[in-house]
Amino acid sequence: MQLLKPDPTFYASPRDAIKAPPETLAYVALLSARGNGAPDRLTVVDTDSTSHRYGREIGGVALPNTGDELHHFGWNACSAALCPFAPHPHVERRYLIVPGLRSSRIHVIDTKPDPARPRIVRVIEPEEIIKRTGYSRPHTVHCGPDAIYVSALGNAAGDGPGGIFMLDCDTFDIIGPWEKERGPQFLAYDFWWHLTHDVMVTSEWGTPKMIESGLDPELLLAGKYGHHLHFWDLKNRRHAQSVDLGAEQQMVLELRPSHDPHNEWGFAGVVVSLKDLSSSIWLWHRQNAQWTATKVIEIPAEPADPQQLPDLLKGFAAVPPLLSDIDLSVDDRYLYASCWGTGEMRQYDVSDPFNPKHVGSVRIGGIVRRTPHPADPDRPLAGGPQMVEISRDGRRVYFTNSLYRAWDDQFYPDGVGNWLVKLNVARDGTISFDEKFFAEFDPAYRVHQVRLQGGDASSDSYCFS
Amino acid sequence: MSNSAVWLTLFFLGCYHGINPGMGWLFAVGLAFQDRTWTAAVRAMVPLTLGHLLSVAAIVLVASLVAFQLPHRGVHFAAAAILIAFGIYRLVRARHVRWVGMRVGFGGLTLWGFLMSGAHGAGLMLLPFVVGGSKAPSTPAMPMTMPGLETVHGAVSAGVLMISVHTLGYVLSATAVALLVYAKIGVRFLRTGWVNVDLVWALALVLTGLIAFMT
Repeated sequence: MQLLKPDPTFYASPRDAIKAPPETLAYVALLSARGNGAPDRLTVVDTDSTSHRYGREIGGVALPNTGDELHHFGWNACSAALCPFAPHPHVERRYLIVPGLRSSRIHVIDTKPDPARPRIVRVIEPEEIIKRTGYSRPHTVHCGPDAIYVSALGNAAGDGPGGIFMLDCDTFDIIGPWEKERGPQFLAYDFWWHLTHDVMVTSEWGTPKMIESGLDPELLLAGKYGHHLHFWDLKNRRHAQSVDLGAEQQMVLELRPSHDPHNEWGFAGVVVSLKDLSSSIWLWHRQNAQWTATKVIEIPAEPADPQQLPDLLKGFAAVPPLLSDIDLSVDDRYLYASCWGTGEMRQYDVSDPFNPKHVGSVRIGGIVRRTPHPADPDRPLAGGPQMVEISRDGRRVYFTNSLYRAWDDQFYPDGVGNWLVKLNVARDGTISFDEKFFAEFDPAYRVHQVRLQGGDASSDSYCFS
Repeated sequence: MSNSAVWLTLFFLGCYHGINPGMGWLFAVGLAFQDRTWTAAVRAMVPLTLGHLLSVAAIVLVASLVAFQLPHRGVHFAAAAILIAFGIYRLVRARHVRWVGMRVGFGGLTLWGFLMSGAHGAGLMLLPFVVGGSKAPSTPAMPMTMPGLETVHGAVSAGVLMISVHTLGYVLSATAVALLVYAKIGVRFLRTGWVNVDLVWALALVLTGLIAFMT
């Protein structure tokens, strides 16, 4: 349906978006803890601090099948609809595009009329996706200027190449694969863009076969997981340049470009270095027309008693930070870094992106530390900070604790649990746990991505400064 | 309708297209903000105007020639039917032009302007003026009468004049809005102030078609 005025959740610039009202609810992906148990679920959590149900589930919808393995998801439309070269702001931010990472099934979920009672309006079956795109294992979803873009980890057989495909933004029909010329790109994971510079950036994890039965130590030690960034001509859909971070930099995952459309830089997180098990964050930027990446943050591993470590890590006598997600506030001021292994959420001041300052830190969970939440200070917690989402105004940070089912079981073999917590960010930037917000769910589920009502720091792209 | 009223209407239709953010000025402003100079907006308006002109010209010239060749009543009803059909299509199926790419050159901006104007049915709105004036200039129901339409040459030159007046309205209004927004207003107002003119436009097309049917 066409609106007479633009959707009120669209903002022309990040500067306007940070003035958005606080979100009153969050959509959270719940995945079956044992694979083929209960169907996965998209749940709705109350984030209105004045509500008597604050921090609790207030609705949701169960998926029609089992074994989907919900992971990431995204909106049908966002602030990119105000971009001057593809203006169409009279559409609604209304549908969540929710892929099953293991099943390759995509669900289109309507969040209106009652945002607390989302309804499934369309299911795109895996056969359809494979037939039309050649891809499987859909992952990241971004609302683009001309279509909904979805990344995929591999092909139907579970091998590479992975890539990107497009959905029609009105009908949700699958258009086809995005790339016209992929160059040397083979592995896929995340993607985002510099819309006003016609640049797409993609990252690398591994093919479905390399990840679906767990992290493969042989492949890891041989440096076979992804270690490149790829830069593309967004307009002509052609690969432009690869940047190799070095084979010891294993698994280049989340990509967070600057929200300011003037800038041509962004952060990429690397899970583990084979040299010392550290994690790192790299700044990509353009220098004399060439893309380059500079390591700007290194997070060291922490020494640990092998007895406290899962089999995979016993030999190292250390717990790696396993940086699994990063998120950049809409004002490009703070970068949050999830250390899923050590159980730490770090906050960096990136006002100067080349020289981030580690300014804040909270501890929760962790392979060894098992730090409790302040709301229940005597109960050790499993899992660690993982998918992190920042409100548009930058004042609230939400994060969950499951990484990926098969990998959870390797690093947290006695169970990863399920929790969603929230940090408050004071005016001076200081972070602290919100003691009233500690959500735990039905133990049949684990918990992955959070999306905030009306958009958040990783959902929207802006074309004006 | 008197001649001066026709020209004024054509001019203001051009202005109406010009102030629509989806028809060019916003792209010009985007480029101006990106390059941080107002001259980028003015530079962009040249190809954007050319694209708009080509799109409108295609429809107006074809219609002029068709109106010259074929029986007037038939063309008149066909034009009315096209307006109504396109208007309803725009109401029911609001597909925006699929375009990605901000760093485009002269040719790209011209193409963009052409596609956007076509998708909005910019040229269609001029149809009543074109077919109304053809072949039978003395018919009282005609919305417009212009001398010289008895010949192909006359039909074409009348069409060219219409397009020129219309395009003048477009380029003046679009450039003025672009500069005003870049220098003074900013783009923040868009999120509340950008009324869906396409919706209004679609209704206007249907209405014009209906009036054309009845006259």
